[in-house]
Amino acid sequence: MIKVSYFPGCTLRTKAKQLDLYARKCAEVLGVQLCEIEDWQCCGGVFVSNNDEIASKLSSVRALIAAKEEDRPLVTVCSACHNVIKQTNYQITNDESFRNRANLYLSQDKEKREPYSGETKVMHYFELLRDVVGFDKIKEKVVNPLTGRKIAAYYGCLLLRPGKVMAFDDPENPAIMEEFIRAIGAEPVIYPYRNECCGGYVALEDPESAKKKSNAVTNSAESHGAELAVTACPLCKYNLVQNGSNIPVVYFTELLAEALGVKEDTNA
Amino acid sequence: MLDKKELLKEQVIRASGVNPLKCMRCGKCSGTCPSYDEMEYHPHQFVYMVEMGDIETLMKSESVYKCLSCFACVERCPRGVEPAKIIEAVRLEAIRQKGNNHMTANDIPEKVNDDIPQQAIMSAMRKYSK
Ligand code: SF4
Ligand code: SF4
Ligand code: SF4
Ligand code: SF4
Repeated sequence: MIKVSYFPGCTLRTKAKQLDLYARKCAEVLGVQLCEIEDWQCCGGVFVSNNDEIASKLSSVRALIAAKEEDRPLVTVCSACHNVIKQTNYQITNDESFRNRANLYLSQDKEKREPYSGETKVMHYFELLRDVVGFDKIKEKVVNPLTGRKIAAYYGCLLLRPGKVMAFDDPENPAIMEEFIRAIGAEPVIYPYRNECCGGYVALEDPESAKKKSNAVTNSAESHGAELAVTACPLCKYNLVQNGSNIPVVYFTELLAEALGVKEDTNA
Repeated sequence: MLDKKELLKEQVIRASGVNPLKCMRCGKCSGTCPSYDEMEYHPHQFVYMVEMGDIETLMKSESVYKCLSCFACVERCPRGVEPAKIIEAVRLEAIRQKGNNHMTANDIPEKVNDDIPQQAIMSAMRKYSK
């Protein structure tokens, strides 16, 4: 059993329990134990790019330190947590002034620790599947291949961008989610809006704007023949579903669980 | 002595880490921006207006709240200018002014429903208030 540190994030604790539950179950089947870090705090949902913004990034730094102390990579499932934590890690690695100021804040925490300078490797669950488990191994473990299902991978923006920081996949022509879809026996549908934004948090302040963006995504997927869209982001799912997608939108972990036989069917 | 205009320009450039002089005004950032229609000033105009020091006009515009931080403009700019970061810096200047929060905790209840994920609320609070 390979052990990795795990940051579930607050949305996974409330509105996106299926994302969390199946992430853990599937990891176990694949020989990976997700060890939840203790006392994690919400990452805040968005990375603030200003380099004079420190305080809002400290919860991510604390999570990174917790993983460093276990000498394990830090795995997230939610695209948003992943983006915030990976960008924070990049900044603390590359921006000396930010690193010094963040460590100064953290030196006031109860526990005394060495200054942190970006040692932890941050991985999205997809990267865990591709780089640690391997899609071939997943194929072997599939007991219920989703043969014939035409599935649209929805990357959105946060998994891929900024490309030089996320280093997740080619930001303009990604393949990791399509490889995942093939590994579970289904057929990926490539469509132009797969890496365009659904509107994200603007759903709160300008729902019409989010509707336009979300509809562009689901119409694009549907018109290219998809019967189902898959995402790693609770906010993408909310926006696409809330704005009237004609095709169901599910978390990738639900499909993985179905293929691995740890879930009966998707409520799709 | 720097006047207010110069100070703001210096702050936005420093805090964003963006050098507007790298921009060749090709407009590719605005062409790819999913919020183009909602914006009064578009990403390439943000870059140019910051270069000109015309930041207060941008701070007063709703455009700063229409950016989705999707980073499409950053990824697709041929000159590595990173317009989204300059928009963020202008937005933060606007909401950091006392009493100028674009959204506060009191505004949240009427905006949410039972399905909206936590993450949307967290993100919006971080983007629209100080
Ligand atoms: S992105 Fe989300 S789910 Fe993840 S911790 Fe942060 S706010 Fe919560
Ligand atoms: S919720 Fe929308 S804003 Fe977020 S990653 Fe998904 S696509 Fe981007
Ligand atoms: S894409 Fe880059 S170079 Fe072109 S206008 Fe926008 S910021 Fe300037
Ligand atoms: S980050 Fe903002 S300005 Fe840039 S493309 Fe996205 S919405 Fe447009």
